[in-house]
Amino acid sequence: MQMNQEFKPTIVAFCCNWCSYAGADLSGTNRLQYPANVKIIRIPCSCRLNPMFILRAFQRGADGVILCGCHPGDCHYTTGNYYARRRMTLLFSLLDYMGIERQRTRVEWVSAAEGAKFAATMNDFVDTITKLGPNRRLEDLRCKSE
Amino acid sequence: MQERVIEKAAQLLESGACARVLGWKTGEFFYDVTPAVFTSAQQVRQEMVFSPFCGANLSKYLIAESRKEGKVGVFLKPCDSFSFVQLQKEHRILRENVYAVGVQCQGMSDIEALKALGLRGITAVQAEEDRLTVSTLYGEKTVALEEALSLRCRSCKSRALHDCDELIGDQGRDLDTDRFGEVARLEAMSPEERFAFWRSQLSKCIRCNACRNVCPACSCEKCVFDDPNSGVQNKAAADPFEEDLFHIIRAFHVAGRCTDCGECTRVCPQHIPLHLLNRKLIKDMNALYGPYQAGSDFDSKPPMLTFTQEDPEASIITEGRGIQ
Amino acid sequence: MQRIGVFVCWCGSNIAATVDVVQVAQALAKEPGVVFATDYQYMCSQAGQDLIGAAIKEHGLTGVVICSCSPRMHETTFRKTCQKAGLNPYMVEIANIREHCSWIHKDKPTATEKAVILGRAAIAKVHLNAPLTAGTSPVTKRALVIGGGIAGIQTALDIADAGFPVDIVEKKPTIGGKMTQIDKTFPTLDCAACILTPKMVDVSQNEKIDIISYAQVEKVQGFVGNFSVTIRKKARYVDESKCTGCGLCTEKCPQKKVPNEFNLGLDTRRAIYIPFAQAVPKVATIDPDYCSMLKSGKCGVCAKVCAAGAIDYKQQDELITREYGAIVVATGFEPIGMDKFDEFAYAQSPDVVTSLELERLMNAAGPTGGTLLRPSDGTHPHTLVFVQCVGSRCDGGEKGKPYCSKICCMYTAKHAMLIRDKYPDTEVYVFYIDVRTPGKNFDEFYRRAVEEYGVHYIKGMVGKVTPQDGKLKVQASDLLGGRQLHIDADMVVLAAAIEPDKSARPLATMLTASMDTNDFFTEAHPKLRPVESPTAGIFLSGACQGPKDIPETVAQAGAAASKVIGLLSKDALTCNPCTAQPDELKCNGCSSCENVCPYGAISYIDKPFRGPNRTTLIRRVAQVNPAVCQGCGACTVACPSGAMDLQGFSNKQIMAEVDAICR
Repeated sequence: MQMNQEFKPTIVAFCCNWCSYAGADLSGTNRLQYPANVKIIRIPCSCRLNPMFILRAFQRGADGVILCGCHPGDCHYTTGNYYARRRMTLLFSLLDYMGIERQRTRVEWVSAAEGAKFAATMNDFVDTITKLGPNRRLEDLRCKSE
Repeated sequence: MQERVIEKAAQLLESGACARVLGWKTGEFFYDVTPAVFTSAQQVRQEMVFSPFCGANLSKYLIAESRKEGKVGVFLKPCDSFSFVQLQKEHRILRENVYAVGVQCQGMSDIEALKALGLRGITAVQAEEDRLTVSTLYGEKTVALEEALSLRCRSCKSRALHDCDELIGDQGRDLDTDRFGEVARLEAMSPEERFAFWRSQLSKCIRCNACRNVCPACSCEKCVFDDPNSGVQNKAAADPFEEDLFHIIRAFHVAGRCTDCGECTRVCPQHIPLHLLNRKLIKDMNALYGPYQAGSDFDSKPPMLTFTQEDPEASIITEGRGIQ
Repeated sequence: MQRIGVFVCWCGSNIAATVDVVQVAQALAKEPGVVFATDYQYMCSQAGQDLIGAAIKEHGLTGVVICSCSPRMHETTFRKTCQKAGLNPYMVEIANIREHCSWIHKDKPTATEKAVILGRAAIAKVHLNAPLTAGTSPVTKRALVIGGGIAGIQTALDIADAGFPVDIVEKKPTIGGKMTQIDKTFPTLDCAACILTPKMVDVSQNEKIDIISYAQVEKVQGFVGNFSVTIRKKARYVDESKCTGCGLCTEKCPQKKVPNEFNLGLDTRRAIYIPFAQAVPKVATIDPDYCSMLKSGKCGVCAKVCAAGAIDYKQQDELITREYGAIVVATGFEPIGMDKFDEFAYAQSPDVVTSLELERLMNAAGPTGGTLLRPSDGTHPHTLVFVQCVGSRCDGGEKGKPYCSKICCMYTAKHAMLIRDKYPDTEVYVFYIDVRTPGKNFDEFYRRAVEEYGVHYIKGMVGKVTPQDGKLKVQASDLLGGRQLHIDADMVVLAAAIEPDKSARPLATMLTASMDTNDFFTEAHPKLRPVESPTAGIFLSGACQGPKDIPETVAQAGAAASKVIGLLSKDALTCNPCTAQPDELKCNGCSSCENVCPYGAISYIDKPFRGPNRTTLIRRVAQVNPAVCQGCGACTVACPSGAMDLQGFSNKQIMAEVDAICR
């Protein structure tokens, strides 16, 4: 990598199908811009997000991972995001404890009506990660050279 | 204590009350004690020990043993009995096939701790009340048990024996030791320091899987790390980051189920303080979701399997506000 | 190895203007497993769909990736396209290159690069897709309606009318609900009993409807089409099949001092009672809290006078278990308690009443025989003050409710109008925050109250009511006049907020139906599915879903009934195949998954497995009922051994997407 090349982070956004994926659709419908670094993976519910997926993303070179789901109380499956909230809080705390930059992970509740919030969240997250620089701490360097 | 334990084991087998008894026997060295299954009283009298080195938690072996023909007797120290209850909660042990004998414990010793006291050429150690009589090539020495305690026993959480059919020694109570001091010390460091600490620790990992194999909570029928379909299957890796992933995933898998028995750290040949990962999760769960001790009862719901509407958001971590 | 076809849609210029679709198709053609890649102007058009179908046949495709708009838009369309061409519909994945790419980026090379990556992720996922087949489950052709108010009655009648049997469970001794207590109805002023009681009779005479009164739901098992419900029918100490409803016992019972809940405690009834003359079923019920025979074994008057021999002091609660295909919740509302509103002196003065109490005081079958009299001294009131929004639209929610109770503006206008009509010598003041009258003929009705009947509407809140010298000193502010008012009133009427019935919350837990923070049941979609709960097979009728007046309730009751009829007219239900599936060989049987499943879809069986040395091991393993599982995936993460996986969103599929994005 050239030193003078602008750092373009890889961001993985896991979005629940019912609220946040629809919220992301809405920000598209309203032509609200956010950087192309963000790639969305659709999952049925925020509670489908296995911590392994987050670790895997970091291992494979993601610089930031964000989970978006329905607001607490609005889960399509009634309770899914409450479980997701506990899991993510504990996982992020553990990662922070191990010295992984806490800013690389995030949870944001975005409803199907909050297209503007989705775009704003992504802009802010990309901005944060860009300032933070590339993820070196959890990335398994071997995977890159394959 | 040793005599009473061995006599009880022999009696359980002689009377036919149990077909097998889970206990401990000496390995290569006197301090190298391993779990063992005894099938006859004679074998018990010849081989079984209950010494200050019987740290091994026997509850995990009940998953397999309780499913075999006939009743299995088992000796459980207080910390082991937490695992015993937790595994029952997870429907892993057939309780009706187990005869559990609770053994009160003053804390187990660590040969390294004895050596650290300057003792050399140790040939035998005898426990009496709160003192250890250490035979060495240079004569007999007496040390306080407290001085020779293994690391985990210095922060013992409880002397209470859970769900035992019979007790040897008195029933004990929960203790108020400082279990989380070391975790707090790490939390107070900068992220760079923490990263350096964990990298220096985890890079020692040789992926021998001893921590996983000894852990009562890590008792899956098939471990995700052995399962090519899990997507995380891997063996010892050339890169230390892979070890990070192994230990994070492992800590997370046992979150809410780990009783903090400390076996992982005890068996680690590289002396990685793995319990500091589990204790971090326990500390966080206690602070965020209310006090919870895995294996202390049969009814409570583990924090990872329940929620409240008022739970704090993950932003307390990611925005750096921290867990109060 | 899959044989994958990639179809890149231009969406006219929606995609093609910002994404180089040709380049995307070319780049994706080089991905492993891709045997065909093309682009087309409108993939969702008939010509586009034909193109996909032809390619599936020509190239023997086993998987299809469509780079187009959001899967929320056209996933179903393309699944059907593939199914028609002989490909399993679940072998399709969509890369969203419109909403998530072309519409949010301006720079063409950037957008094109991103579109390629999104396409790659979809290809990586399709490689791991497996054909899925939707299963079916049978439907029990009987419905349960919980609650026998006007909502439940209307729903039951409509379902029965379509030919399906219905049971109504009502916790009170009679059906009818709150509407039985109402005197007249707005905006037509026809008498509530005159329009309700014939419906109650219809219910009792309908062969398809079974009324289980004085009963409550105790346990709910099963799932859409296959519910098993246990109902506790409380002992009423009267044999329903023998009682003729003659009412002699209710006249002879010596225990006369029981507060009459039908008249909201404004008068008394006996220990054995029939709530009101038109009760359905018209049978007597003994109140065990007051009956001296049940309490001390002394009395027995009712048994002596009952010619039918219907009295049975030894009657026990009865548990009834029945199977249903659909459940309708019609648990209704109740006014909130006034104990937190000391400023209105409700507890100090009997002349401060709630609006529902006023209904009874004005009703011909009420405690005063329909003459409006002050409860304290039985005199005719000359000045009445109505206070609106008592507990409604409260910020903070400590004292009242944050929402508008919706019906109060109209019934207060009705009360004011009726009083002015019947007693022209009275002065009526209404203190309001806003007057809300959306509804057919509602605003006209309110204006009549003001213009024709001379009701004094004053914008402002009542600050304090003080009982003094037989009067109620009302202190209030007139916001528009900018002054403080002091009115000596004879009666004060509080428009108490309404809240869901107390039984709703435990019922929601049993039904695994979701509720909002105010304990109103949540609808599956606030606009498009207003009478369905998110839990399949559970429907919502009436005020249990939110405050409603009678016409709205009846409309919603009919809508819920039509949804039930739609469900019950099917012989079998098609299940969503994207459900959780446990790998029995990996399952520990630890119950973690069961703990987090919101639908109760997971159960356990002891199953024999081959152990070492030709032994058999019995292991506890999880089983998922695919008809109940909604595919959220909570269990897949709770499972420590990774035995639980979600079809259509498997661990490997999601990780393949992660890898494709991060590579």
